[in-house]
Amino acid sequence: MTAEPERSSGSRRGHAFERRPGVLLRGARWAVRTARAAAAQPLGGASLALVGLLLAGAILAPWLATHDPVAIDLEARFEGPSSSHWLGTDQLGRDTWSRALYGLRVALHVALSATAVALAVGLLLGLLAGLGPRWVGAPLVLLFDTVSAFPILLFALAVVTLVGPSTGTVVLLVAISYAPSYGRMARTQASALRRAEFLEAERSMGVGLPRLLLVHALPNVVGPLLIVASMDVPVVITIEAGLSFLGLGVQPPTPSAGSILADGYAYIRNTPWLVLAGALPLVLATLGFTFLGEALRDALDPRLARSRG
Amino acid sequence: MLSFTLRRLGLAAVILVVAVSALYGMIHLVPGDPASVVLGPRATPEMKAAIREQLRLDDPFLVQLLHFFGDLLRGDLGTDLFTGRPVAAVVFEQLPHTLVLIVCAIAWAAALGVPLGCVSALLRGSRVDRFAGIVSVTCIALPAFVVALAAQYLVAVRWKLLPALGVGEPGDLASQLRHLVLPAFALGLGWVGYVARLLRASMVEQLGSGYVRTARAFGLPERRVVGHALRVAVLPTVTILGAGIGGLLSGAVLAEIVFARPGIGKLIYDAVSTRNYPVVMGGVLVSTAFFVLSTALADGLNALLDPRLRSPE
Repeated sequence: MTAEPERSSGSRRGHAFERRPGVLLRGARWAVRTARAAAAQPLGGASLALVGLLLAGAILAPWLATHDPVAIDLEARFEGPSSSHWLGTDQLGRDTWSRALYGLRVALHVALSATAVALAVGLLLGLLAGLGPRWVGAPLVLLFDTVSAFPILLFALAVVTLVGPSTGTVVLLVAISYAPSYGRMARTQASALRRAEFLEAERSMGVGLPRLLLVHALPNVVGPLLIVASMDVPVVITIEAGLSFLGLGVQPPTPSAGSILADGYAYIRNTPWLVLAGALPLVLATLGFTFLGEALRDALDPRLARSRG
Repeated sequence: MLSFTLRRLGLAAVILVVAVSALYGMIHLVPGDPASVVLGPRATPEMKAAIREQLRLDDPFLVQLLHFFGDLLRGDLGTDLFTGRPVAAVVFEQLPHTLVLIVCAIAWAAALGVPLGCVSALLRGSRVDRFAGIVSVTCIALPAFVVALAAQYLVAVRWKLLPALGVGEPGDLASQLRHLVLPAFALGLGWVGYVARLLRASMVEQLGSGYVRTARAFGLPERRVVGHALRVAVLPTVTILGAGIGGLLSGAVLAEIVFARPGIGKLIYDAVSTRNYPVVMGGVLVSTAFFVLSTALADGLNALLDPRLRSPE
């Protein structure tokens, strides 16, 4: 191993640079390092474990569920917990345990994808506003200010009535209303890079704007945004659950934590298990993600951590 | 300061115009004839034509929009499709209920959050501080409507301590206050944690600053030192609370629906389910205006306190 002469692809072109590991590998290393740093914070380990458990439950729901979550069995309405139905059944005889698992899956799926869309859109527009030409930047800032001026849930109510309730509508609404805050953050960070020497160097070598933004500026901007995104996930989970609770989010028969909670609250005199199956995953998910976000922020943002003492 | 105020008000106006146009556009892009929705399947073509005339559905879209803005400037928000009353009257009848709820929620959040944050900052790093930190983050994390459901079920249904639904008898202050307790509690709980954390952060900063050290060096009693620091530390929290009124407006929707309280959220929700478009428009318009104004006010307060924020960048 020691005698092996180094033959990187870079040396063939006559450069002496060491080849950098691929983006995926670097990303994975960053994730592991971040997770370690978060776990070192008080409650960070516990929240990381909780979020991991919930994610595992959501991903493995098809295998962990004992029944089809939408299969109706009117013979077995409002049953208590038994060996066949671990958490009992609901008003249509559907298995509560399976519904809770799938509800969690839907809640996390909606929250994570909506946050991801908002983050991606906000990041791109923010980078463009910060480093692009000024005639693009000014209208974008006005757009950010306009969109973030809406009271989201009221606007959601109006939009959902008009466009019709569906999972896609919820994702879209959340993405639109959250993108501006990421956009603003990304713009502030990117404007600070405007005069950075490494970007000047890239520009002078003739690197185009898209490559400049995505390859060179993005890695310097994305970190703090990811922290904020991780703190927004629980809020988005709550919004989705609230809309589904009102019947304006994920549509039946697809189970969602919010709609299970609504059913459970309506039939609370028949069975207490339904309310628990709706509320418990919801509360655990928001608690887990909130504490994880706090731990991440304290671990990665030394400025904020210092003000915490 | 004048140019800041003008710029901020201009932005608020732009936001309102864009918001109203977007909403108006969406209502008219949706498939389905509002006239048939309102009148039901047994309507005659003449009745439908009358409604279409009343809603100006046959005009080109831009003409409709201009008419709408013209009416708006005269304070006319249209008429409720079902009762025939002016929408402005309906909306402003419901608005006070929501405002009272929001103000009470903020008041109790500040009353508990400020001392909590202050004590945490003074006992920084102690067990009390860590416990208070966990409690405040938990408050932030709990979904408000789950808290509302739990409070309603336990306190009102199970223990029968407080009324579960409604707003109380008009004119009977005690009954109205009793109806206010649970919704305000549920709505404000998250803000308790938020205020506590915010105040703790700014208080820690103030306690480490030069004037506090000087005051201590002069031998001022600790109580007065804390008083001076708190007076400065509370400012960011005040401005955040101003901006938070908008957030509470959203949260109030769910609280009002869970507790069947009249209010602007419930009004819009009910109008949405009956497709009562003018009421939806009017409600969203008034609450967006309220939201935009409160954030502008909070920004103004911020700029008044911190002159660095007045320049555009």
